[in-house]
Amino acid sequence: MKRQIPLIITFIAGIVMIIQYFIPHEPFAGMQQLFNQWYLIIAAFAMILGIGNLLKIHSGRISRKTSGWGYSIVLLTGLTVMLISGLGWGIERGTFFFYLFWNLHIPMASTMFALLAFFVASASYRAFRARTIEATLLLIAAIVVMLSRVPLGGYIWSKIPFAGDWIMSYPNMAGQRAIMIGIALGTVSTSLRIILGIERTYLGGGK
Amino acid sequence: MEEKKRSLGCLFPLTRFFIFLKVYKVKRFITPFLFLLVIAYGANQLQAQIEILLPAPVTEVTVKDKPNDSGESIIVRWKKSLDDGAGSFSVKEYEILRSVEKDGVYNIITTSPAGSEEYIDGNTIDGKDYYYIVRTTDGVNFIDSEPTEAVRSSAQWFHRGRINMLVAAVLLSTFVLWFIRRAQRGEELYIRPIAGLKAVDEAVGRATEMGKPILFIPGIQDMDNIQTIAGIIILGRVARKAAEYEASLLVPTARSIVMTTARETVKEAFTDAGRPDLFDPDKIRYLTDAQFGYAAGVDGIMIRERPAAVFFMGAFYAESLILAETGHSVGAIQIAGTAMPAQLPFFVTACDYTLIGEEFFAASAYLSKESRLLGSLKGQDLGKAIFIGILILGCVLATLGIGWLTTLLTVGQ
Repeated sequence: MKRQIPLIITFIAGIVMIIQYFIPHEPFAGMQQLFNQWYLIIAAFAMILGIGNLLKIHSGRISRKTSGWGYSIVLLTGLTVMLISGLGWGIERGTFFFYLFWNLHIPMASTMFALLAFFVASASYRAFRARTIEATLLLIAAIVVMLSRVPLGGYIWSKIPFAGDWIMSYPNMAGQRAIMIGIALGTVSTSLRIILGIERTYLGGGK
Repeated sequence: MEEKKRSLGCLFPLTRFFIFLKVYKVKRFITPFLFLLVIAYGANQLQAQIEILLPAPVTEVTVKDKPNDSGESIIVRWKKSLDDGAGSFSVKEYEILRSVEKDGVYNIITTSPAGSEEYIDGNTIDGKDYYYIVRTTDGVNFIDSEPTEAVRSSAQWFHRGRINMLVAAVLLSTFVLWFIRRAQRGEELYIRPIAGLKAVDEAVGRATEMGKPILFIPGIQDMDNIQTIAGIIILGRVARKAAEYEASLLVPTARSIVMTTARETVKEAFTDAGRPDLFDPDKIRYLTDAQFGYAAGVDGIMIRERPAAVFFMGAFYAESLILAETGHSVGAIQIAGTAMPAQLPFFVTACDYTLIGEEFFAASAYLSKESRLLGSLKGQDLGKAIFIGILILGCVLATLGIGWLTTLLTVGQ
């Protein structure tokens, strides 16, 4: 029964979602929205599990004084302060929660995002080493596209911006669409396997 | 007196009228009447002037029930005024008026900006007659269209614009089920080798030999995303191998539901592999929902734990390269799989193996070698072959200027 009930729920939910796509009439019309609402309710309750997991792991690290336990104190303090300020005084503009979010969370997230520039540089350096014909083609295409996106490209040769646009609009777009078609077919196939109960790994087990 | 009367005959009628008043000394009696007359005359002239300034009305106003919907919607269409974007350029907006009786009171239900030629009234009661008027206004003056014929909204039992999708879904499902049946009968099905999936065993084995953990990252999306589900399915396979090799498996998640699902999956995989004692729930942990907070957390785990193998399987966004480059810097063998086209180049660059799009969805079947799952892959491949054929045919027809196939394949909203 532990497997059968989730499989039945998955089958019914999957079939209903397919039907509602083709039948706009009630009672199927509002099914997608209804299911999404149910999902949000479950996700909200699951958040308690997530917070519980954080508390358990980090309080354990503090009590055992394992390596880096000081960071766990910072994490739990941050969690507590944000939770109390949000629940106590709301999250609207002008509240303490909003102040912390804008002046701590956003700058830290932006800092992480900014690291991407350096990672792009290091990854590009490795990718563009012209050791094979394919890598050389990649290098040439990348140089043309990069030059086409800056004014310097146009100054060097007026056709470079057009060449960059052509690479993006035709070879690149064709490749992207081919991948998208494969993804769509894979999605349908995977969904069918899950709905019909052929794929059960996500429930645990499977062969 | 007779002479005076005759001389009046050649004068302008109004002048003649004033002279008449003076001559017959009736001015004091007629003055109020005269004023009224002048005012009426002026108003008449003003009205004539306003009529000249009115914008041209809309034409060809049609109404119909919105097709392929759940009811309670009527489409009002019109041909825009000649003064809208042309002529005197005086049209400011259109007001849509609605009534339940043709000769009843019409109320304004909305305004549409100049240039618009359609409004969908999504606030009707199914089965009830409605009449519409489209009012053209320049902000001061307006002119109404004729009331439309009665129209009723209703819900449809089938979305006709999606017949092509239904046919495609039925065909693809049939192929998949047919090949599953063939595989169940014991028929050998050839599946092309996928380097990234063949490397899974190698990655888990390497981690075991080095005594370092395996890090599995199931993306940053929730369980309502098919990529996360596909990632969790692969996690089950990887967890089973990790249990067989007695390797440590870390799964940091960005969503609580993903954490609980991943825990159940790994627990069952360890149990199936006969090693439930190795399962540690604290190794599958929730970090944060925040995108870059999660990236920072996973980077920290990579630097501290120095995993020997890293799996990126799920939906990723801008954090993909931050994670993959950090994994590369710690010397881990990295296998990525995603259906996010924008992130694929980053993974291809920074990872040892990348499952591109459909390969990612095929991973579970490939790893399990289960006949039913492999059958579904063959069905998917046949569907792809047919779609490629249709694409080529569509390209040829479109080049020849024949558009019926494009129309046939257009999906209605």
